[in-house]
Amino acid sequence: MTDKLLPPAKKNPQLRQRVPTLPPQMRSRAALGLTAAAARGAFCLQHCDACGTVQYPPRDACCSCLSVDLAWRDTPRGGTVIAETRIHASPDPFYRERLPWRSGLVRLDAGPTVLCHLHGDVGRVDPVRMDLKLDKAGQGVMIALPKERSPDMEDDPQLRSLTAHPKHRRVLITDIRSPATRPLIEALLKAGASQIFVGESESWRRGSDHAAIAALEGVSVMPLDVSDPSSLKKLAAEIGGKTDILINTARYVRPGGVLGADTVFAREEFEVNALGLMRLAQAFGPGMTSRTADGVNSAVAFVNIVSVHALSADPQYGAFSASQAAALSISQTLRAEFRASGLRMINVFTGPTDDEWHQPLPPPKVPPKALAKSVVEGLCEGLEDVFCGDVAKDLEERWRRDPKVLERELAGGGQ
Amino acid sequence: MRRQNYDGVVLTAPVSVPYVRYSQETAHWWIARALKQTLEVAGLAPRELDGFSVSSFTLFPDSPVGLTQHLGLSPRWLDSIPMGGASGVVALRRAARAVQAGDADVVACIAGDANRIDSFRQLLSSFSRFAMDASYPYGSGGPNASFALIADAYMAEYGVTREDFGRIAVAQRANALHYPDAIMKKPLTLEQYLSARPISEPFGLFDCVMPCAGAEGFLVMREDEAERRGLAYARIAGTIERHNAFPEDPVQLRGGWVMDIDELYEMAGCGPEAIDLLQTYDDYPLISMMQFEDLGFCAKGEGAQFVREHDLTIGGDFPHNTSGGQLSVGQAGAAGGYLGLVEAIRQVTGKAGPTQVAKARTAMVSGFGMINYDRGLCTSATIITGAGQ
Repeated sequence: MTDKLLPPAKKNPQLRQRVPTLPPQMRSRAALGLTAAAARGAFCLQHCDACGTVQYPPRDACCSCLSVDLAWRDTPRGGTVIAETRIHASPDPFYRERLPWRSGLVRLDAGPTVLCHLHGDVGRVDPVRMDLKLDKAGQGVMIALPKERSPDMEDDPQLRSLTAHPKHRRVLITDIRSPATRPLIEALLKAGASQIFVGESESWRRGSDHAAIAALEGVSVMPLDVSDPSSLKKLAAEIGGKTDILINTARYVRPGGVLGADTVFAREEFEVNALGLMRLAQAFGPGMTSRTADGVNSAVAFVNIVSVHALSADPQYGAFSASQAAALSISQTLRAEFRASGLRMINVFTGPTDDEWHQPLPPPKVPPKALAKSVVEGLCEGLEDVFCGDVAKDLEERWRRDPKVLERELAGGGQ
Repeated sequence: MRRQNYDGVVLTAPVSVPYVRYSQETAHWWIARALKQTLEVAGLAPRELDGFSVSSFTLFPDSPVGLTQHLGLSPRWLDSIPMGGASGVVALRRAARAVQAGDADVVACIAGDANRIDSFRQLLSSFSRFAMDASYPYGSGGPNASFALIADAYMAEYGVTREDFGRIAVAQRANALHYPDAIMKKPLTLEQYLSARPISEPFGLFDCVMPCAGAEGFLVMREDEAERRGLAYARIAGTIERHNAFPEDPVQLRGGWVMDIDELYEMAGCGPEAIDLLQTYDDYPLISMMQFEDLGFCAKGEGAQFVREHDLTIGGDFPHNTSGGQLSVGQAGAAGGYLGLVEAIRQVTGKAGPTQVAKARTAMVSGFGMINYDRGLCTSATIITGAGQ
């Protein structure tokens, strides 16, 4: 059984802080299919469209029939460990600091043998459940997990290095007024977060849940306005060195298309949703990226909540969609810029949220609690792209299938 | 079709350039030294050489083509054998056919590799595409970890213990104490083997080879040419090679030799009992044990029993890896795939000096190379004979 992860001791600022290093990150183009699947929590392997062979490692042709018609498809996760080792010597700087490291061979029920990371609770002859996860280098890797959930299994050091689990970590949620903030706080505390900072802009304004949230154990409300650089600078100076997870819930949304709309609202949407994200990253990113190897409460993830219409515009929310597309684009650049540190950029794509600004839309809508659940799941599983709610999942699938068809459907031309 | 024999073609002028742990010198430098030595033994000038076969991991950005200009050679037959531990025997096979067909009169077969500080890590991380994609990112243990997995499965399947592997390592160290160029010069006991620090379980330090720099080489020519030059030579009784055998085996408990070994003995017109000494590819004692089984010296699963019942030292009843093998001499990259063959040529021609096995006339050499992902893909073997002492 996994040893329960203990809260970290207070850090001695005199001691050297561990410098972030990455596991080997070069991959062939074919192998990036693993990364793409891991990013959304799928377990996919290459299937030959001609003969059905499931193969691993990723190839450019089928090892049974030489067809080049290979597709990444969901694959049964079952398998059995047929060999294991505990590595005590490695020339790689990342692993040298984390030895011993366990790896094993798993015979998949689907056919191939895979070399993978082994969770501490599994060994030779054990049946396992395979998972694809992103490692610190942001590449998809296989890990064999116990077939049945075991207590504290997420505390296993090898598994924890592949997730952004909130346990014993300190979280900053940027906007107290977001309906998702309160359920997020609850879900994070339940997942074991040690402290939660909640940002509040214009604290003189009414309508925030200030008193109730500030009264919660382990929660501190701090002044923060993502459109105000000086407020960001001040807060980053205060808590930037202890922000392990940042969740951006700040959002400005107004309905309306582009033709008849006022650019004042559009500007505000870009100011908060796109530039606000950029400012947040500029204020907190450098501190977080320097602390990604900092023990149990290392910096681990930067989460952005974005409308699924970042992928394809909803003409009824034209300017808002544009701000979300901009935010998505910024997040992709941030992901590349965070790469060297191993800090994970997570996008949680949501459908219309169940709030006043989406009041005229028909259901299904995303309740704040569901959004909070998706965010925490994304952290616990270590995903990069999380799609929350039926609308977001449906839209993602249509977007993958054909972005142009989706665009025409969103413009009202499809039945 | 029945394969032709190798009548009239011989192996001669075996040379080993003493290995060093780390060296600033390049693969070109090491290969040049082995080539110069082997040509000098035969009394050949570099320009006279018309066939050249090269194995090296560290020539980049050059290939053997660049080496011809670098070393001032004008061969009419040029080969590159990138098969790691299987390289020696495979180079021999190709070169022997070229000489037999008259495409070349003399082929120099050379393997050499550099080992600068940190070059081993760089080699591992980009060893193959599958290694880059699917093995190196999982703890970066390199071949030690990959073969440890094979060892774990093998031990569980056949009830083998670490002591059994240890007997092979200990016997090889005893042999190495007679081989002047071995990097390991201290005796090794079974207790030391068992208590060594773990590298990748079940492997400890003495299961693993030490990467180093060095080179090995020999010449392939017609028998009459060797006679004319007054060279001691070995004949080739048979050879085999195989790649990616048994891809459906979930883990490698046997090598490709199993597919071809009967043909090897048939070509050579003998059985395992006729072999005076065996040189296996010993990147790990486990792999040598697997070869005892797959080359027909004992049945599958009886390798452990075999090593318990035999004395593997130079003076023993089953002389094995008489120079000490890579485990004690060191692994100089692709030269590791030549070490056993070069030693075997010395042995059957009576030129092995302090490691000489008495009355050695027939030797088997096997090669094993290239852990592309989860297993070694190339296997090779040959039986060579000589006049002995």
